[in-house]
Amino acid sequence: MASEATGADQAAEGGGLVFHPMDQFIVKPLFGDGPVAWYTPTNVTLWMGIAVLAILALLVLSTSKRAIVPSRGQSVAELAYGFVYKMVEDVAGKDGIKYFPYIMTLFMFIVVANFLGLIPMSFTTTSHLAVTVVMALAVFFTVTILGFYLHGLSFIKLFWISAAPLPLRPVLALIEVISYFVRPVSHSIRLMGNMMAGHAVIKVFAGFAAVLAIAPVSVLAITAIYALEVLVSFIQAYVFAILTCVYLKDALHPHH
Amino acid sequence: MATETTGHVEPVDLEAAGSCVDAHGGAIGMPQLCFDWFPNQMFWLVVTLVVIFLILSRVALPRIAAILSERQGTISNDIAAAEDLKARAVEAEKAYEKALADARAEAQRIIGEARAEIQADLNDAIAQADAEIAARSAESEKAISEIRAGALEAVREVAAETAAALVAALGNTPDSAAIAAAVDSRLKG
Amino acid sequence: MEGDVVQMGAYIGAGLACTGMGGAAVGVGHVVGNFLSGALRNPSAAGGQTATMFIGIAFSEALGIFSFLVALLLMFAV
Repeated sequence: MASEATGADQAAEGGGLVFHPMDQFIVKPLFGDGPVAWYTPTNVTLWMGIAVLAILALLVLSTSKRAIVPSRGQSVAELAYGFVYKMVEDVAGKDGIKYFPYIMTLFMFIVVANFLGLIPMSFTTTSHLAVTVVMALAVFFTVTILGFYLHGLSFIKLFWISAAPLPLRPVLALIEVISYFVRPVSHSIRLMGNMMAGHAVIKVFAGFAAVLAIAPVSVLAITAIYALEVLVSFIQAYVFAILTCVYLKDALHPHH
Repeated sequence: MATETTGHVEPVDLEAAGSCVDAHGGAIGMPQLCFDWFPNQMFWLVVTLVVIFLILSRVALPRIAAILSERQGTISNDIAAAEDLKARAVEAEKAYEKALADARAEAQRIIGEARAEIQADLNDAIAQADAEIAARSAESEKAISEIRAGALEAVREVAAETAAALVAALGNTPDSAAIAAAVDSRLKG
Repeated sequence: MEGDVVQMGAYIGAGLACTGMGGAAVGVGHVVGNFLSGALRNPSAAGGQTATMFIGIAFSEALGIFSFLVALLLMFAV
C-alpha cells in the first residue's frame, strides 16, 4: 500500500498539490548516500549535536561570568534550573533531589530539541519513536530498579492498595500492574505523537499553500498552529519531566 | 509492521539509501516506524544524553547552584547590613532626643534659677523698702506724739495762765496749786 | 481491486480513529475547566496544583494521541 500511496502523491503533484507530510522525518546520512548504519553521522546526529551546543551555550557559557546581577542568558539558565529544581522538589520530595541532574538532562534535551525542531527545514529528533522510547524505557527501568533496590520486594506493595476494601484489591492490583507497564508506552508515544502531529499538520497546510485561492487561509493556519506548537513543545517537555518525577516518587515512596 | 513495509518495498529496487525511502526520496509509510534507522538514532541519542548529563552534572548545575547560593548569601548579608544601619539610625535618633530633652531640662533649670534669683532680689528690695517705710513711719509717729504732747503742755500752761489771769481779774489772789488742779481735772474731763 | 478495498477500509478506519481525538479534546477541556473553577474559588491553593493539572492534561491527552497514532498507522503502515 505504501508504494501505491506514493503513486497517489505523484499524481497529486501533477495537480499542483504536494503532500509529503512525513518526508521531514526521514533520517539521512550527512555525507553521501550510503546506508544508515548505527554509527553513521546523520541529520539525527547533526541536530542532537546542535541541541548539545545550545544547552552548552545556555547553561554553561551564559553563566561563565557568575554575575550576582544576572545577564539575560544567565537569568534564563537560572530560571530553567529553578523551574526543574522546584518541580523535582514538589513532586518527588526532598529525597528526589538526588536525581535532579538526571531529570534536568531529560528536560533540557527535550525542550531544546523540540524548539530546534520548530526551525523551518530542521529535523525534530524528539518526533522519533526510537528516541522517545529509549528515554521512556530508561526512565521506566531506572525507576523500577531503583524501587526494588531501595525497598526490596516490598516495592510490589505499590500495586496492592491497602486503602481499598479487600475484595476490590486484586482487581485494583491488576489495573495498577497494567497501568504500570503501559507507562513507558504512553510516556514515549505522547511526546513523539505530539511532536509528529504538529509538524505533519504544518506540512499539510503548507501543501495547501500551493493553491492560490486558499493560500492566505493556509498561511494563517500555519501561523496559528506554529504558535500552538511553540506552546506544545514546552508543555510536552514539562509533562515528560513531571511524569518522570511522579514515577520517581512512586519508586521512592511506594506505600501511598 | 515496518519489516512488512521493507519487505513490500524491496522489489521496487531502491538504492542503498535505505529501505524506508522511495526512489524519489519521499518517505514510505511512517519514518518513525522504519526499524532500519533505530540503531542509529538510539546510538546518537545515548551519546547526546551522556554528553548533556556530563555537562550538566559536572559544570552547569554546580555552577548555577553556586551562583544562586552566593546571591542568597549576598542578599541576606545586605539585609543584615541594612538592619544594622537601621538600628544605628534608631540609636542616633534616641541620642538626639535625649540631648534635646537634656537641653530642654537645662533651659528649664536655668529659667527657674533666674526666676528664683530675681524673686530673691525682689524680696530683698521689698523687705528693705518695708523696713524703710516702717522706720520712717515710726519716726513720724514719734514726731507727731511729741508734737501732741507739746501741744497738751502748752494748753495746760495757757489754761493755767488764763485761769490765773481770770482769778486776778476777779480780784482774788490766784492760788497756783488750786488752779493747776482745776485745769488738770478739766483737761481730763 | 482487493487492494483498493483494503485501502478504503484503512482510510475509513483512520477517519473513524480521528474521532477519538475529539474525546481527548473534551477531556482536556474538562480538566482545565474544573481546575479553573476550583482555582477561582480558592486562588491561594491554585498555584500548588498546576503541576497536578498538567499531569491530568497529559493523561487525558495521551489517549487522543493514541487515536491519532492509530489513524496514522492505518494510513501509512497497514
